[in-house]
Amino acid sequence: MKLEIKDLKAQIDGTPILNGVDLTVEEGRIHALMGPNGSGKSTLANVLFGHPSYEVTGGEVLVDGQNILEMETHERAQLGLFLAFQYPVEVPGVTVGRFLKRASEIVRGEDQVKGAGFIKELRKNLEFMGMDQGFINRYLNDGFSGGEKKRMEILQMLTLKPRFAVLDETDSGLDIDALRIVANGLNRMRGPEFGAVVITHYQRILDYIKPDYVHIMYGGRIITSGGKELVETLEAQGYEWLRKEYGIELDEEEEAAYEHGSEAR
Amino acid sequence: MSTEVKPVDIGEYKYGFHYPDRSVYKTQKGLTEQVVHEISDHKEEPEWMREFRLKSLQAFWMKPMPNWGADLSELNFDEITYYARPTDRQSRNWDDVPQEIKETYERLGIPEAEQKYLAGVGAQYDSEMVYHNIHKELEDKGVIFSDPETAVREHPELVKKFFGTVIPPSDNKFAALNSAVWSGGSFVYVPPGVKVDIPLQAYFRINSESFGQFERTLIIADRDSFVHYVEGCTAPVYATDSLHSAVVEIVALEGARVRYTTIQNWSSDVYNLVTKRGVAYDNATVEWVDGNLGSKRTMKYPSVWLMGDGAHGEILSIAFGGKGQEQDTGAKCVHTASNTSSVITSKSISKDGGTASYRGQIKVEPGLENVKSHVECDALILDPNSKSNTYPYMDIQSDDVSIEHEARVSKISAEQLFYLMSRGLDEAEASLMIVNGFLDPLVKELPMEYAVELNRLIELEMEGSVG
Repeated sequence: MKLEIKDLKAQIDGTPILNGVDLTVEEGRIHALMGPNGSGKSTLANVLFGHPSYEVTGGEVLVDGQNILEMETHERAQLGLFLAFQYPVEVPGVTVGRFLKRASEIVRGEDQVKGAGFIKELRKNLEFMGMDQGFINRYLNDGFSGGEKKRMEILQMLTLKPRFAVLDETDSGLDIDALRIVANGLNRMRGPEFGAVVITHYQRILDYIKPDYVHIMYGGRIITSGGKELVETLEAQGYEWLRKEYGIELDEEEEAAYEHGSEAR
Repeated sequence: MSTEVKPVDIGEYKYGFHYPDRSVYKTQKGLTEQVVHEISDHKEEPEWMREFRLKSLQAFWMKPMPNWGADLSELNFDEITYYARPTDRQSRNWDDVPQEIKETYERLGIPEAEQKYLAGVGAQYDSEMVYHNIHKELEDKGVIFSDPETAVREHPELVKKFFGTVIPPSDNKFAALNSAVWSGGSFVYVPPGVKVDIPLQAYFRINSESFGQFERTLIIADRDSFVHYVEGCTAPVYATDSLHSAVVEIVALEGARVRYTTIQNWSSDVYNLVTKRGVAYDNATVEWVDGNLGSKRTMKYPSVWLMGDGAHGEILSIAFGGKGQEQDTGAKCVHTASNTSSVITSKSISKDGGTASYRGQIKVEPGLENVKSHVECDALILDPNSKSNTYPYMDIQSDDVSIEHEARVSKISAEQLFYLMSRGLDEAEASLMIVNGFLDPLVKELPMEYAVELNRLIELEMEGSVG
């Protein structure tokens, strides 16, 4: 599977947010997408999945050569795409177990999730994510803490087995233990048939997931990309280097976060 | 990986079929004293019942139409047939039920349900019960389950003692109408200490066009007994309006518990104007589970009068107001004794321009101690054209009272839909999942078979709500 984003432009309420994004992700590769607040990272994630609030004004997104921008959100999921939400949505009255069974039937095929095998698998995944088995019967995200919601996103990814995932700031607001568990979840998916874009503010998650590529987004574009050497430069010199090199302006909160390194926030 | 989506199983109103009208007897259209006499003649009733009917008819004529609630301005009493007798006899065996009537109930799944999970079944077709049967062991324990006509003949002392005492004919215009022309329904008596563990069900079917169905149900649960009674309703789809105006009276004597579950799924041309009331004596419990999905207009407020120390009343109400529908439903609890409690939970959904209103009243009489009441109303509005109203009334005349009232109105949010769709569910299935989730806390209260049925009906109602 190959995901190609070509000159993608999008706006919300008439305000342009994406100003020509180019990015290609191949199966078996993990890409980190970094950049300050307002650079368009989350918008890119939402546009990839057809969020109704955003309007695409140009470019294309190809999955194995097929343009997905005309597809409905659920059809994109059925192609094997998965989005871990920055702000997972509460759905009262719908239990985690019932929801994941049905979603798995749809995206993996009914023959794959028959009978007791599925529940067994779900239980194992909960255990892997350090979550209580009682979550199966809880209503989806309803009354969950911030950290529980983020773990639930990764649990869903492990269970739905997508071929391609976008993690939208899944690391934000997590303590170091939770961060490690989330990273472990992604690393478990890792393999020749899985690709991902990990959107993050912070370098610290990169220690756990070791991305193959890093991209820096600013002003609705990817302004630079690189491999491990870029991660290393970032680690050594921080965003200060980006500011000098590319004129990136950070707001005060972000500035503080980066100065205090990976344990901040 | 599969890219196929399992389609949501949705379709037209499934019970809209009808068979030719082969009534063996019918009164002329419209309501006169003559019509009431004919009904009474046909039933070969004692004089006291005929007098009850005639007095009630006067009350019906005297009483004004309600000037609140659903819009009844198109309801024309002169166009309705008030009595239609489908067959000359009632059976205890499905094989003896006339072929087309039997087929109707087979298509509704009733004989099958009886075999699987019911203790007794009554089936009413237009004006008369065509079938009534109860498990032999319950009969041996003294449980009576029959139509009220049989009870008038065989148990006049019980009928005379309770009939029309919980809901007097003068209570409201439609109670008066029912009292004048009532026909069919159920009479249930459960002797002291007897627990009827599996439900009794009555099934009400209108077949004729422009018809009025006026069944009358009286349930008497003697000391420390228990019974769960279920009613289901459907009708064909015609171009003209029909009227269903039932009266249900429940008497729960000391320590008894009665649960009454309704899954109303009338076709969209039925006016459903029903009076339901239970009285609970010392330590008795009356519970109404009231699901209203069909009909053109429904006005129904199941109520409990808590008349004895320690009595408890509970009302769970689900209303679905779809296209052209107005569901004006709710609950009423009247506390007339100390240490009584009531819980009202209402969930309503409106869609395609429909209206679902909650109308409820809590009344606490003076001089009582330790009275508790909890009212919770949730409304879900599926599109901008649909409406939800809440009309809570409180009349509290004692001090030692704890009353809680919560009301919430919510909409299906674009974010919820996007979230579920990002996991592969199409919009219709995602909406349905959210709606079912909204109802889940209530549906859990239903016996499994009815929960399944209700979920299926919601699925039908959700058809075409998106796209």
